[in-house]
Amino acid sequence: MHNILTIYKKELRSFFTSPMAYIFLVVFALVIGYFFTNTFFLYNQSDMRSLFGIVPIVYLFFIPAVSMGLISREKSIGTIEIMSTLPILERDIVIGKYLAALTLILVALFTTLFHYFTLIQVGTTIDHGAVFTGYLGLALVAGVYTAAGIFASSLTENQVIAFIVGIAIVLVFFLMDKLLVFVPASLAGIIQYLSTDFHLSNISRGVIDSRNIVYFGSVIGFFLFMTTRVLESRKWG
Amino acid sequence: MIQIENLSKNYGDVKAVKSISFTLEDKEIVGFLGANGAGKSTTLKMITGFLTPTSGNVIIDGLNIIDDSQEIQKQIGYLPELNPLYSEMKVYEYLKFHAEIRGIKGHEFKIALEKVVVDCSLQGIVHRTIGECSKGYKQRIGLAASMIHNPKILILDEPVSGLDPNQIVEIRRLIKKLGKEKLVLMSSHILQEIQATVDRIIIINQGEIVADGSSEELITDSKGLTQLHLEILNANENDIQNMKAIIPSITISSIDKQDNSIIVSLEYSNSVDPRKDVFNYCVEKEWVLLEMRASKRNLEDIFRSLTGKGDSAHA
Repeated sequence: MHNILTIYKKELRSFFTSPMAYIFLVVFALVIGYFFTNTFFLYNQSDMRSLFGIVPIVYLFFIPAVSMGLISREKSIGTIEIMSTLPILERDIVIGKYLAALTLILVALFTTLFHYFTLIQVGTTIDHGAVFTGYLGLALVAGVYTAAGIFASSLTENQVIAFIVGIAIVLVFFLMDKLLVFVPASLAGIIQYLSTDFHLSNISRGVIDSRNIVYFGSVIGFFLFMTTRVLESRKWG
Repeated sequence: MIQIENLSKNYGDVKAVKSISFTLEDKEIVGFLGANGAGKSTTLKMITGFLTPTSGNVIIDGLNIIDDSQEIQKQIGYLPELNPLYSEMKVYEYLKFHAEIRGIKGHEFKIALEKVVVDCSLQGIVHRTIGECSKGYKQRIGLAASMIHNPKILILDEPVSGLDPNQIVEIRRLIKKLGKEKLVLMSSHILQEIQATVDRIIIINQGEIVADGSSEELITDSKGLTQLHLEILNANENDIQNMKAIIPSITISSIDKQDNSIIVSLEYSNSVDPRKDVFNYCVEKEWVLLEMRASKRNLEDIFRSLTGKGDSAHA
């Protein structure tokens, strides 16, 4: 636990000592703000549903960008050798890094609360419960995408490759339930269950079902476990 | 104490390290010498737990690297080859990160920090960003981080490569100082470097240990040869050839006829000393011995012959 915290602090500091975190936060807020307000006045509803539709799309590119360097950079500059010979478990390295990246993304997500507060000022009959579950869903999706991103980062020492592989994995999860029409009916149920959007829409509707939580938890766990195994595999290289 | 037992490492079909064994004692400075690609770094990476051996084991104070790698890593300080560092971090932050992983906090950290800053002469740059420091400083920052927890064992992979001569002297002095209280295992492909710093040299070639001992021991190793140069007046070649029959321990390598004298080169094993017999033989033949000079092979010759680059590089 104490090692996870040490790694977490180190990673978070390295995000914020470089311009990377600030650029990320500002651009994320601007992009979301643009797409949200673009259509907001057309609908003329005090509703955040359109925001919850935009964020997962922006995630597709932003999250792999944040996570691409987490491990690949350590590999390319060689510090992975120092990390791996310190008395820390690979698992703790992965979890610490994962939580740091996730923190940055959640901070970015919470910049969109700005729109919520605006809505409270100008809107009427806001469903606060739906906003809460919507954010919960987005946070969980961020968790899955970040886990996929750190896994992609562990596969290579090239950050560009990590970025592209990250996008590819995340895209598969994002698109799965949109491609259901092309899948034989017998597989449709499984594909739908694997898709993040399916679970996100359940939660966003205000239904917090344990099945959805189990899904997010197990996909995150799966990617973090795989990342740990990839890190450990260097010993046998 | 480190015991290396039949350690091997294969990368696919390539056998990088072939079943090597040796023991290192506490408070010993050991140089691990070999040409590039001889298996030095691979061996060090196995000792530090970065790589798992294909077979064999590393035992440190009763713990082995396969089952107890975390416990062993707590006792080791390791400076990898090329000294990788986080260039965006401040020196202080970097050392603090290492200390935290090692469980050194608060007042304890202050004491540890002060010690490594003094030992590695980092005064004045502690609050600087690592990327802005010179190469010599970076090397010392890496070294400082590897010893922040005052480990019993320090493993340094090519600690002086790429440094200028003044920096090399400084690091060398530091390593010698550290060797009084720690077991230091350092690798290098530069003989002079090793010779100037360490108590004991282990030479590795193509994954196998080919020599192990102090530099004096390696030179006077019984397998080594001494060359004897003679210049003799009034001698004849036949009698010189016959010397071998009288003194069997010598080998005549060359006979060179000058105007008046003859220059003879002999070789004999370091384990014997036939110079008295050679002298008596000359007296018996009523030759005049103008010169007799013995020369031992130096460490460089030994290194070259052991690492398979012997004759061609001798010039």
